[in-house]
Amino acid sequence: MSELYTKTLSQVAAMLGSGEVTAVEAVRACLDRIEATEPEVKALLTVTGEQALKQAEAMDAAGPDAAKPLWGVPVVLKDLLATKDVKTTCASKILENFVPFYDATAVTRLKEAGAIIIGKANMDEFAMGSSTENSAFFQTRNPWDTERVPGGSSGGSGATVAAGQCFGALGTDTGGSIRTPASFCGIVGLKPTYGRVSRFGLIAYGSSLDQIGPMTRSVEDAARMLQVIAGYDPKDSTSVDVEVPDYLAALGRENLEGVTIGLPREYWGEGLDAEVEASLKASVDKMEALGARTVEVSLSLTDYAIATYYIIAMAEASSNLSRFDGVRFGHRDKDADELIDMYTRSRTQGFGDEVQRRIILGTYVLSSGYYDAYYNKAAKVRRLLREDFDKAFTLCDFIAGPVLPTTAFKVGDKVDPLQMYLIDIFTISANLAGLPGMSLPVGLGADSGMPVGLQLMGPAFCEADMLSVAECLERNLGPMPMPAL
Amino acid sequence: MKISPEKVAGIARLARLDLDQDKLELFAGQVGDILDYMDKLGELDTDAVEPMYSPVAHTTVLRKDEVRKDYRREEVLANAPEQDGQFFIVPRIV
Repeated sequence: MSELYTKTLSQVAAMLGSGEVTAVEAVRACLDRIEATEPEVKALLTVTGEQALKQAEAMDAAGPDAAKPLWGVPVVLKDLLATKDVKTTCASKILENFVPFYDATAVTRLKEAGAIIIGKANMDEFAMGSSTENSAFFQTRNPWDTERVPGGSSGGSGATVAAGQCFGALGTDTGGSIRTPASFCGIVGLKPTYGRVSRFGLIAYGSSLDQIGPMTRSVEDAARMLQVIAGYDPKDSTSVDVEVPDYLAALGRENLEGVTIGLPREYWGEGLDAEVEASLKASVDKMEALGARTVEVSLSLTDYAIATYYIIAMAEASSNLSRFDGVRFGHRDKDADELIDMYTRSRTQGFGDEVQRRIILGTYVLSSGYYDAYYNKAAKVRRLLREDFDKAFTLCDFIAGPVLPTTAFKVGDKVDPLQMYLIDIFTISANLAGLPGMSLPVGLGADSGMPVGLQLMGPAFCEADMLSVAECLERNLGPMPMPAL
Repeated sequence: MKISPEKVAGIARLARLDLDQDKLELFAGQVGDILDYMDKLGELDTDAVEPMYSPVAHTTVLRKDEVRKDYRREEVLANAPEQDGQFFIVPRIV
């Protein structure tokens, strides 16, 4: 069973369900793989091996449970999802020793479905970054080439799945943080519609943008995980009370006849690396060969999306992060003898540079005299961006384009914060508009040999159809290889 | 837009951060560049546009006003840097 780690989540779930593999064997296979690859990849902040094995033993003693779709499947969680009795750090010194006494709703649902949590994944501190270079603890490396970044902020989740350390992971996506590492690491990453998955127990960065989603090695796996975590939660007033469709039943379409794919001219123009453009064009040709019709559409405000996004995200971040004051949890400076001084010292010592920079910017754009010029202005442009999408979706069913203009870059390549922010150009609009988006691996770049991801975006709550289109394309493109580690 | 290190220090104070001089100067340059970039939103006429603060309509969810105990006191206190079994302890305020 040493090759068990190469199986997809769906394959392993079937093997576990039939008794072909035990839960202990599945957990051991992942732990062995972690031991073999983690020194290079460094995807995980915490490995809960002992607990996972104990849980697997108890599950094996009771036998497979057909009512639990992820029975015995080892999974990893981004370390900003609260896990009862397991450290949850957000990759920040300020939460270095934080052990929640509750589970995030998405975590509860995974556990109820029989999944076994084997670790917590590294990330950019408080999910602020696009490369996982901003973790307070260590940098995660791309399993395809350890000199390169895995993408961020769910880079640990992307790398652990790509490296075969687990069969699926949860990430979160505020401006592309699921799709970026999925693209760089050659896996499937789905950011659901805002409100589709409860955000209860997610340590918030930008509350009106954050969404939890699956990161897996196949589209079917993503559908399987989404099925478990999706749905209304009374504990989250932003979760939406609409029926959850059967995502798996939607899969298996023979071709793409009747599907119209919109190609935004702003996404397919200058600035795309040649190898990225070539891989993406080949996948669009494949969609056409499968019967899809393609039309050019316009997302005319794309150029304004980054400014809009960072104003809103930083404003929300500065507000969300005000709860870290050293009183109820987190790092506290021991020497301050006055309350405000204690807040200030604790926060100054606990937050890293990128977090501090965004708090400063967020505080500035919300401050008296600037609120209308920045935050309110951005909220207005946000509505225009949403209307841009609504208009495009009168002409097409889905939008296809790049996730990023390049394949994974080298560690340390982008040091200027503005330069780093600009790479999110194709992903952030979906967050501002609250729409679902996914990254599907479509091959390796001809020059770099690194994975290229195709982004699909669709109208709100179209995940079932979007997954079915992606699965049809995936099947016809052939399997994505795993990195040679 | 040029932002002075003194201005950044003022904002930092509001955000309860205390940055050293090197960082104030670094952030002043970076924040200025980023705000310059953000100023491009000024090119768009948004006078008649209703702001959109969230993709979903927020409703205030009220549960019944019934006393219930979801968590135990020791659980809630467990992560506190300083507590006495009953309360969070902070430096003296008055």
